Amino acid sequence: MESEILRIENLNAYYFENHVLKDINLKIPKNKVTAIMGPSGCGKTTLIRCINRLHELSPGARVIGKVFLHNENIYEMEAMMVRKKIGMVFQKPNPFPTMSIYDNVLSGYHLNGIKLSKSEKDRIVEETLRKVGLWDEVKDSLHRKGTFLSGGQQQRLCIARAIALSPEILLMDEPTSALDPISAAKIEELILNLKENYTVVIVTHNLQQAARISDYTAFLFMGELVEFDKTEKIFTVPSDPRTENYLLGKFG
Amino acid sequence: MKKQIQKRIIKDKLFKIVIILLSFLSTFPLFFILFYLIKNGVFSLNFEFLINLPKPVGEKGGGIANAIVGTFILIIISSFLSIPIGICVGIYLSENKDKNLSKVINYFVDILQGIPSIVLGIIAYLWIVRPMRHFSALSGGVALAIMMLPVIIKSTEETLNLIPQSLKEAAFSLGAPYYKTILSIVLPAGISGITTGILISISRIAGETAPLLFTAFGNPYMNLNIFKPIESLPHLIYNYAKSPYPEWHQKAWAASFILILIVFTLNFISKLVVKRWKVRF
Repeated sequence: MESEILRIENLNAYYFENHVLKDINLKIPKNKVTAIMGPSGCGKTTLIRCINRLHELSPGARVIGKVFLHNENIYEMEAMMVRKKIGMVFQKPNPFPTMSIYDNVLSGYHLNGIKLSKSEKDRIVEETLRKVGLWDEVKDSLHRKGTFLSGGQQQRLCIARAIALSPEILLMDEPTSALDPISAAKIEELILNLKENYTVVIVTHNLQQAARISDYTAFLFMGELVEFDKTEKIFTVPSDPRTENYLLGKFG
Repeated sequence: MKKQIQKRIIKDKLFKIVIILLSFLSTFPLFFILFYLIKNGVFSLNFEFLINLPKPVGEKGGGIANAIVGTFILIIISSFLSIPIGICVGIYLSENKDKNLSKVINYFVDILQGIPSIVLGIIAYLWIVRPMRHFSALSGGVALAIMMLPVIIKSTEETLNLIPQSLKEAAFSLGAPYYKTILSIVLPAGISGITTGILISISRIAGETAPLLFTAFGNPYMNLNIFKPIESLPHLIYNYAKSPYPEWHQKAWAASFILILIVFTLNFISKLVVKRWKVRF
């Protein structure tokens, strides 16, 4: 296995009395795309929200266990520090509605109180928008509000916003489920390019998507990690009957 | 069968007529007010009236400059006091819906909204006029600020409740601290609703007389010192209207016209704000 960037050890998560994640152990390899799949309500989203400590903001949320980023337990770090290092893209595109496209890309710097010179700002905006393939589409309207873009463009803007801060890991929570197929295909292509520089962890309940873009796949069922392996292997010779049943469409 | 349907149709028509009639009736008071104000007020209006100070009975001319300036000073004082507090309380309530403290505050705000304005005047009298031993614009501003608070709190809370949670999460996921998330992301997204609430609360207090009777008190001279008594439009109208002199009645009409004009403008601006500053999510 390649060098790991993130290691999850005995992670348990709760919403009030509800035990959502049960003893998860997982090693996320660096510069790879790891897909987390499973039927609705299996805890996929909770799992990635535990990785950037967003889970604890929900009412009644509790986490027990350890998550190591480069051998440092993120639950002993400042939450703000963790979230700066581990970016996130949400299910529904959510660019900041009061900000222009330009300011949306730079919002991570602004919100972290990092001052940049005009030329640095211009460079970061152009570089980042090029990375997400949005530059040519918006270079003439950088100062318009981000919410005027189409859904797919908005989602790419949100990815740009997340990677502008150069996070080590990019978490994506079903980033294409609110988009049309063409926009979704563009995002998938983008994810494949992103793994050169970032480690991507993507939640999806689209099996084809997991098969197309991920190197590793984790199968989650009822809050338990059933299987984690190379995507090829999971999709061809799964070792657990539950994974096989899920892939065959017997539930989910 | 046919007869029954006919009966129903007639009832339907009657019902609709009653609704339209009553709706039409509800606009009557405003039309009458405007009619009287324009009929009686507009003719005594001229530029001199706006920039001159009041003159004693019997002398020709004289204006209400002190009351216009006074009303604006009172609005500034009360806004200065109530806007920061109101917005902060609104943020707290919308951010901590399930906390017991929020429920208590919400309940108190509801009650505060129903307290007669004269009582707020008495409170300001006890808090400020008595310890300072004289009437002042400041005490009037405090009484009006307490009146503005519930409106600002409620409108801020309700506006912020409509802002999607996902925006806050997006800010948090970038490592933003809580205060920056609220100040740079959440508040700007709710700016139109919050501003509208502020403008409505101002137009509500602009015409208040009762809380000013024993706080701002009134002053026949121009005063810009917030620690001295100050004149205001509603108080001047009250004084002029209850006087026995016809020319003062005339002035009361004209001053009412100005006051209504201010309230109208505020309402108009708030409509504009809603339209122009609306944030698309």
